[in-house]
Amino acid sequence: MTLEEISSRLQAGIPGCQVELVVNGSPSAQNSLLIDREHGFAAAMLMRDQFGLDYCSNVTAVDWPDREKTEKVKSRQMVDGVEKEVEETKKTTIPGYLEVVYHLFSIEKKHGPVVVRMRTGNRTDDVALPSLTPVWRSAEFQEREAFDLFGVVFEGHPDLRRILMWEGFTDHPMRRDYVPPPDDDLELLGER
Amino acid sequence: MTPVAPAELMEISMGPQHPSTHGVFRMDVSLDGERVMRLKPVFGYLHRNHEKIAEAASYLAAIPYTDRLDYLCSMTNNWGYALAVEKLAGLTVPERAEYIRVIVAELTRLQNHAGMVGFLLQDMGASGTPLMYAFRERERVLDLFEALSGARMMCNYMRFGGVRVDCSAEWLSKAGKLVANFGGFLDEFEQLLTGNEILMARTQGVGVLPRELAINAGVTGPGLRACGVNYDLRKVDLYGVYDRFQFRVPLGEHGDVFDRYMMRVLEMRESLRILEQALGDIPSGPVMDPKARLRGLRPKVGEAYGRIESPKGELGFYLISDGSPNPYRYRVRPPSLINLTVLEDMCIGQNIADVVVILGSIDIVMGEVDR
Repeated sequence: MTLEEISSRLQAGIPGCQVELVVNGSPSAQNSLLIDREHGFAAAMLMRDQFGLDYCSNVTAVDWPDREKTEKVKSRQMVDGVEKEVEETKKTTIPGYLEVVYHLFSIEKKHGPVVVRMRTGNRTDDVALPSLTPVWRSAEFQEREAFDLFGVVFEGHPDLRRILMWEGFTDHPMRRDYVPPPDDDLELLGER
Repeated sequence: MTPVAPAELMEISMGPQHPSTHGVFRMDVSLDGERVMRLKPVFGYLHRNHEKIAEAASYLAAIPYTDRLDYLCSMTNNWGYALAVEKLAGLTVPERAEYIRVIVAELTRLQNHAGMVGFLLQDMGASGTPLMYAFRERERVLDLFEALSGARMMCNYMRFGGVRVDCSAEWLSKAGKLVANFGGFLDEFEQLLTGNEILMARTQGVGVLPRELAINAGVTGPGLRACGVNYDLRKVDLYGVYDRFQFRVPLGEHGDVFDRYMMRVLEMRESLRILEQALGDIPSGPVMDPKARLRGLRPKVGEAYGRIESPKGELGFYLISDGSPNPYRYRVRPPSLINLTVLEDMCIGQNIADVVVILGSIDIVMGEVDR
């Protein structure tokens, strides 16, 4: 089943589900589907039960901070009484978000990967996504890891706790803007 | 009738320094007498944020770090990473290098599975003997790795686009001798173990994993095939030159510890078959893609997921490139960690002594679990 077929069947099967094809420019040509987070869980159930994607291999998060896009805009202006072509650089800010990526395979039909992504609203207070652990158990530890290291909150996860960092740690080390505390702040180092 | 108070559960913390936990790993276990009622694994003792380190390094500089994931199988870790970079950058691998990769990967599988069986028996209380037999053979494989790459365990041998150095004809004949003798070791090993009454009593019907749960929980490798699921990436993805070799995929029936033990023994025999064919057919030629730029590789913007059948299961690498010399996102899909998802399901209702055996049958290495 191609990504286009999956996309159209998802939109047909779930009212209001928005699916967007994300094109991958690398030679691997592994394109992916961006699914809106409100319908992510229903889409996952449909993919598992009807499209035969019984195996969720890899779950991970990606941090995309605010990006500045610079565009060069050419316009004609009057400079010192002469009309000239002037180049201006325009900066627009793309707001940042956290993205969760699922790599799905079918053990039964032996095909894949089908890459599915979901995005949060921003990187600070709107970081919830539906947990797909009830659909694929293999996401259990991997979603905990994404919560621990990236700060994505998975709603509906049975046991969302830190997994690699210790209890009481507050930051998310895999974020791009993470600054490690100074050495002498680490409680593990103790008194020197 | 006398009212009976509900039995009080005893909380026990197994590990992190318990010898059977294969490194620093802890299980919070609740016991009713000797029976396990609840089991929660606790990770992170070996966490060094491998992914963050690799994102700060160039594509080439990440290869030595991959050695340290599953430190018993550095060759297959290298291969998984190299495969992902090759997909990302569109590199090809010369034929001789593909054969060398298959040879070292199957040698890795031999020494990993032999060691795993040895440790499993050690966990069961067969102190020393099986493990020492396994390690005697493992040392021979490591001698070969040392002759080829200069290191016994941290081989740092593969590169995207090929392998670092070619192997000599002498090395190939030494590998051929090892392969010819390994079957005899396996016969001896099986004679000692497979029909052994204690081993059967401790493993058969213990830690049964249902087939559907195994698939849903993403268990891969021998643990999945012990449940009877025919899914071996060497056959499914046919990466490298695995399409050229005749070999079978052993399948279990019950999904218990004994089947998982048997999978390792049978897979070693199939690995020997692959090795015989690969050593016989290896072509001559270059071992590096001349177009591959090791230093300063800047793949086009995009992403790739590459996966191989490592001895422990599906080892995947997910890379995102933003066009700069280091990966924007570098992710390892660790089979050891994900195979532990079902540890609690397999242990509930079993005796505490069986937990040790069940954990041993999953075959984990903490360097990969905690990363």
